[in-house]
Amino acid sequence: MSQEVNLHEQVGAMTTHEVHHDEHHGHHHKETFITKYVFSQDHKMIAKQFLITGMIWAIIGGLFSVLFRLQLGFPNETFPILEDILGKWAAGGKIQPEFYYALTTMHGTVLVFFVLTAGLSGTFANFLIPLQLGARDMASPFMNMLSYWFFFIASIVMVSSLFVQTGPASGGWTVYPPLSALGDASEGSKIGMDLWLIAMALFVVSSLLGGLNYISTILNMRTKGMSMTRMPLTIWALFFTAVLGVLSFPVLLSGFILLLFDRHAGTSFYLSDIFLASTQKALPNEGGSAILYQHLFWFLGHPEVYIIILPTMGLVSDVMSANARKPIFGYMAMVGSMFAIAVLAFLVWAHHMFVTGLNPFLGAFFVLLTLLIAVPSAIKVFNWITTLWRGNLRFTPGMLFSIGFVSLFISGGLTGIFLGNSTLDIHLHDTYFVIAHFHIVMGVSAFFGMFAGIYHWFPKMYGRYLNNTLAYIHFWITLVGAYLIFWPMHYQGLAGVPRRYLDFSGWASFNQFDGLNRFISIVTIMVFAVQLLFVFNFIYSIFKGRRVTTQNPWGATTLEWTTPINPGHGNWEGEIPEVHRWAYDYGKDGRDFVPQTEAISPNESPESKH
Amino acid sequence: MSTLLIIAILLLGFIVVFQIAKASEYVSVLKGEKKTFEQNNKINGFLLLAFMILGLIGVYWCNELYKGKILGEAASDHGEKIDTMLYITIAITGVVFIITQILLFWFSFKYQYKEGRKAFYYPHNNKLEVIWTVIPAIALTVLVGFGLYYWFKITGDAPKEANVVEITGKQFGWIYRYPGKDKVFGKKYYKNIDEGKLNQLGLIWDDKAAHDDVVTNEAMYLVVGKPVKLIINSRDVVHDVGLAHFRMKMDAVPGTPTTMWFTPKYTTAQMKEKTGNPDFEYEISCDQMCGKGHYSMKGIVKVVEPAEYLLWLAKQKPNYVMSNPELETKPAVPVATPADSTVTAAAKIAGSNSN
Ligand code: HEM
Ligand SMILES: [Cu+2]
Ligand SMILES: [Cu+2]
Repeated sequence: MSQEVNLHEQVGAMTTHEVHHDEHHGHHHKETFITKYVFSQDHKMIAKQFLITGMIWAIIGGLFSVLFRLQLGFPNETFPILEDILGKWAAGGKIQPEFYYALTTMHGTVLVFFVLTAGLSGTFANFLIPLQLGARDMASPFMNMLSYWFFFIASIVMVSSLFVQTGPASGGWTVYPPLSALGDASEGSKIGMDLWLIAMALFVVSSLLGGLNYISTILNMRTKGMSMTRMPLTIWALFFTAVLGVLSFPVLLSGFILLLFDRHAGTSFYLSDIFLASTQKALPNEGGSAILYQHLFWFLGHPEVYIIILPTMGLVSDVMSANARKPIFGYMAMVGSMFAIAVLAFLVWAHHMFVTGLNPFLGAFFVLLTLLIAVPSAIKVFNWITTLWRGNLRFTPGMLFSIGFVSLFISGGLTGIFLGNSTLDIHLHDTYFVIAHFHIVMGVSAFFGMFAGIYHWFPKMYGRYLNNTLAYIHFWITLVGAYLIFWPMHYQGLAGVPRRYLDFSGWASFNQFDGLNRFISIVTIMVFAVQLLFVFNFIYSIFKGRRVTTQNPWGATTLEWTTPINPGHGNWEGEIPEVHRWAYDYGKDGRDFVPQTEAISPNESPESKH
Repeated sequence: MSTLLIIAILLLGFIVVFQIAKASEYVSVLKGEKKTFEQNNKINGFLLLAFMILGLIGVYWCNELYKGKILGEAASDHGEKIDTMLYITIAITGVVFIITQILLFWFSFKYQYKEGRKAFYYPHNNKLEVIWTVIPAIALTVLVGFGLYYWFKITGDAPKEANVVEITGKQFGWIYRYPGKDKVFGKKYYKNIDEGKLNQLGLIWDDKAAHDDVVTNEAMYLVVGKPVKLIINSRDVVHDVGLAHFRMKMDAVPGTPTTMWFTPKYTTAQMKEKTGNPDFEYEISCDQMCGKGHYSMKGIVKVVEPAEYLLWLAKQKPNYVMSNPELETKPAVPVATPADSTVTAAAKIAGSNSN
């Protein structure tokens, strides 16, 4: 059992220990199961809680997509087993329209927010910020614990919405009113929508608690010598992510609160001039603006996509540099471009609204700013590629996923240039082109970055390795599968095939892709199965994986690898190490790597003025 | 049954794969970690290169396979501009795509681990970084320039001689309105909507301008070669008028009318010939999630010669007359036949309780 030490006592009482002695430490403090695994305040345990909750959500969200891909790939077939499991939602073995839309809505919500926001930032910010900065824990371990438990309650509420009679929210993950405001307009806008809003409100609280904590930890708790410009890029990325979240989530919450008012208090923020066919009644609301909601939503929604991708950009930079045995190319440019992305992320939201009747003159500014954001993205890509150039690359699973990440980020980023050009967006908006764009650039890329992080830091988390063979299978099938699934969707999008359609048989313009849809669905199922293989590898390796025997298995420079193999609460046994250099001294002066803790020696070539 | 079989096979596959993976771990211990690492590294390096080559071939092949399936030539003047813009963008991004992907995978392959190779300590180079800030910036400026040039043409004011047609979305169908001889749309108010009285749009009969307005669910008739301006409304939730063949699209927002205009280039009949498909129709797809019937919210555009248009218009009965049958000496005429997926007002009422 690894040693858990009370944080405050530890600082004073500890002396320097041999790293391997972490298992037999001076004073034993009894920690109960509850305080260690459940209401833990150790950032590492909280990180694992986020990770595992996120993985459960990812399986659920992925399963939803398998179900709706069954409908898309095999619209004329019936699956009686679905009726056995799902009852009326799959009456006659066919997925019903209401259920199809519930599935897509939940798929989007779960993966965007619960997996790629909470699961991703929650895991790596919690795990790596204190470890890479040289802190014993977060600024407020208690708030940190609350952040997880708010996320947990949000999860419970969201799950409960799956079981209400009228079904969960089904208006798309963006839940535009009036559809989402009026129970009479859609089954999913009844109680399921309220639960969705409550869950999301709790989620926002969780994300704010976490974000404020990350920011204050990064600003205040860096160890001696760890100036901001010596921080690993992962920390910079997590810092910008947290700032984006803290500034934009409250706006989303305000949008949701107004929506709740419209639903239950008779207000007309978003409602005007509505006559519902289902009730044959005109609503009293006049003067509201449905578009107002879209502004509020996308003011978060666009930063949100960067909240998802920035952390993975950081992870990939560090994993790539460590496995190329070479410094990340252009550290300051990397930080600068992340800063530019973070600023611009707030100035482009209306590119999701080019065809809402937005003033075309205003639209022009959003075109300009949107395409501007492609510049820092391009810089990052070129810097990653140059990092590989003349390296000595070790294709660990983490490295492979990092390379895959860059490939996908290029592919998806370039289609952003199509969509950001309002002229093209007129044709491409709300078609499969958008689906292809954001799944490649955000969905799959972010997963690749996350996998890179998991494979790379798993040894630090659990003191064991994941199985390599399974990892390679996982990587190759996922990479090939992701391209097979999403690349052809561009063509569907160019043909104008609308998203959120469950059956194209009634359409002369869009029914030419039956074979393709079937193909995509089959690949989806295979890729999903391989993710289960990964989950299996993950769980198995926690208990039975090959043991880590050295403190720094990847030969990395950063501080987390100076802790014991199984660090206790408080991370370092003796004093927190001091930092003397940046995090990327790989291959300097002919040495394989120089840890951040090593003092600059007089005859070393000068520190790169990065 | 077959489902169970599939699950069983999957499970079996899992177990086999897992056993192999486990065994390979033992083998690697026997062989020595270093040797295993080197072997794996070689294999993966090779696979990365293979992936790039096969991937690029795959992209080309996919292109050949599907380029014939993407709607063909644009059927409106604006559509042509959008297609030109599309080709410019594909050209620029295509070059970037190929170069960057090749560099990425080629470097990965070329600089894979070799015993004794020293990585090059290369933390930064200001000149390079400036180059690849400036070049994308220039390329993007070109794209923004073209894009906005077309954007303002497309979203600019419609020509004066344009026909004006109103289109209103509702769950789940489209309502088209023509202003009649006076060329003025009568006033309407949503609380006046009364489907029982066939007043789908809530026209106000006190307004004389409304008396000759034609309202139909059948199809939107447009004149070939003549600009048309659409006034777009919604009666309930947000919909979107999607005209894939014309490459046009605009949301229908309740309470906030929007507009768009374009000039159709080919009649429906001409398109039947061009596409070789006797069943060709210009379809209006709803492109904004609007509820459970979203995927079936189809409308039809009939682009016709001017003479045919006049003939069609002359046959239409104003909504005022249909809605007030007592004004007519003849017996009431049923509403226009519905377009494929839309439902007539009367049928809608009957079926609406199921929503
Ligand atoms: C190169 C930079 C990028 C540009 C110019 C760009 C542009 C756009 C535009 C204009 C849209 C709206 C398309 C439409 O709805 O018609 C869009 C959609 C989207 N983008 Fe990007 N994008 C870029 C990069 C990214 C990145 C890095 C992410 C995420 C990591 C991302 C995630 C998304 C998502 C999630 C949507 C769709 C949201 C929805 O409608 O459901 N994009 N992008
Ligand atoms: Cu955006
Ligand atoms: Cu719709």
